[in-house]
Amino acid sequence: MTEPKITMAEVDHVARLARLALADDEKERMRRELDGILSYIDKLRALDTEGVPPTSHAVPMTNVMREDEPSPSLPQAEMLANAPDRSGEFFRVPRIIEE
Amino acid sequence: MLTDLTIHELGARFRSGDATPTLAAREYLERITALDPKVKAYLTVTAEAALSQAAAADARFKSGKPLGPLDGVPVGVKDVFCTRGVRTTCGSKILEGFVPPYDATVVSRLVRAGAVVLGKLNMDEFAMGSSTENSAYFTTRNPWDLSRVPGGSSGGSAAAVAADLAAAALGTDTGGSIRQPAAFCGNVGLKPTYGRVSRFGLVAFASSLDQVGPFAKDALDAALMLQAIAGHDPMDSTSAAIAVPDYAAELGRGVQGLRVGIPAEYFIEGLDAEVEAAVRTAIETLKGLGAKTESVSLPHTEYGLAAYYLIAPAECSSNLARYDGVKYGLRVPGARDLIDMYSRTRGAGFGAEVKRRVMLGTYALSAGYYDAYYGKA
Repeated sequence: MTEPKITMAEVDHVARLARLALADDEKERMRRELDGILSYIDKLRALDTEGVPPTSHAVPMTNVMREDEPSPSLPQAEMLANAPDRSGEFFRVPRIIEE
Repeated sequence: MLTDLTIHELGARFRSGDATPTLAAREYLERITALDPKVKAYLTVTAEAALSQAAAADARFKSGKPLGPLDGVPVGVKDVFCTRGVRTTCGSKILEGFVPPYDATVVSRLVRAGAVVLGKLNMDEFAMGSSTENSAYFTTRNPWDLSRVPGGSSGGSAAAVAADLAAAALGTDTGGSIRQPAAFCGNVGLKPTYGRVSRFGLVAFASSLDQVGPFAKDALDAALMLQAIAGHDPMDSTSAAIAVPDYAAELGRGVQGLRVGIPAEYFIEGLDAEVEAAVRTAIETLKGLGAKTESVSLPHTEYGLAAYYLIAPAECSSNLARYDGVKYGLRVPGARDLIDMYSRTRGAGFGAEVKRRVMLGTYALSAGYYDAYYGKA
């Protein structure tokens, strides 16, 4: 039996980082599936990428600058219209800081 | 029937006065009512808006001033593009009820060219999948055989064009999501070069790969669609500031003298015999038309999928962080605190495939693994 690529503790940790609530049966399935994918991805290790600069885009990308000129934005009411909860002109969220 | 016609045939009828955009829009809407319960290509049909766009096109043809080849042409768009005032789900429960306050650039460009938008087409959730089975709403059927899938993620777009439920459609391609469903449904799908088409208002999946392109009934139609959507957009800094050629004029020049590379690595074990035969036939056809073919080697082909399995999920995990139950879409009530609300909302709102990719991407980008996985890919 080979060492698992990813443990249940790591699944818990990553789910917490991803802000993803997973049910217990979902976690075990996730661990197995990620394990399978990570094992497949291991084939990349066979490739020598020493000295190959990392690429983040297939085509050259340069920063785009423009004059800092004011232009109209979308109306606040429209941007708030989709909010699940709001208070006046604010998005309302559950408590952030413990009492 | 007007629904049989290509864009260029339809345009000829409009110009000669044999048909009107309203007539075409009505025929398409009736056909959608009759057939779409079987094909299930559309998530949302915007009949009223379509008829009013068609009426405006009628008036332009009547006054002898049509806007161009897309004027009055009924099209569908994948539900991954923001459409002002029209719900946009991305095939996900987490965006249920979301009504964008603006149009994606590609949508407004189509509308500005006179196209009549019939509605929003089904897709795998956030464009993650190859069959539309990952749509949180329903699976689209392949019009050629309703027991089969249309491919994906732009399966609704491919099926709609194949079933004559739209004259043409827009889709997106990150890892084959235009090319594969177009092949499954037998229509022309084109994934343009990265940067060719603006992505402003496109809901992002993997930003270094996502690209918008057309589904059409023939190559000329695909050229006309691409013509309308291509070009630089100040709202998308990744769209290339490169002049757009006249695509339709480039057609019909033949392939005489073109050199076509045939990568040896594409013909490997596991390749379906029927697919291989079709590809070999296409190669022979190209040769018969005067193209030269040459065997070439793309030695890293073998690693493509593994690299994609890291890059696309890594970017998706970052892009999908915005679905947090605050600004739009679903929020699961009863949370203890903010973080709990995020987690419950995302846990309930995302489907299994999206969760898997968010997890894989988060893992690959997390401390200790970044260099070994994302950096390596």
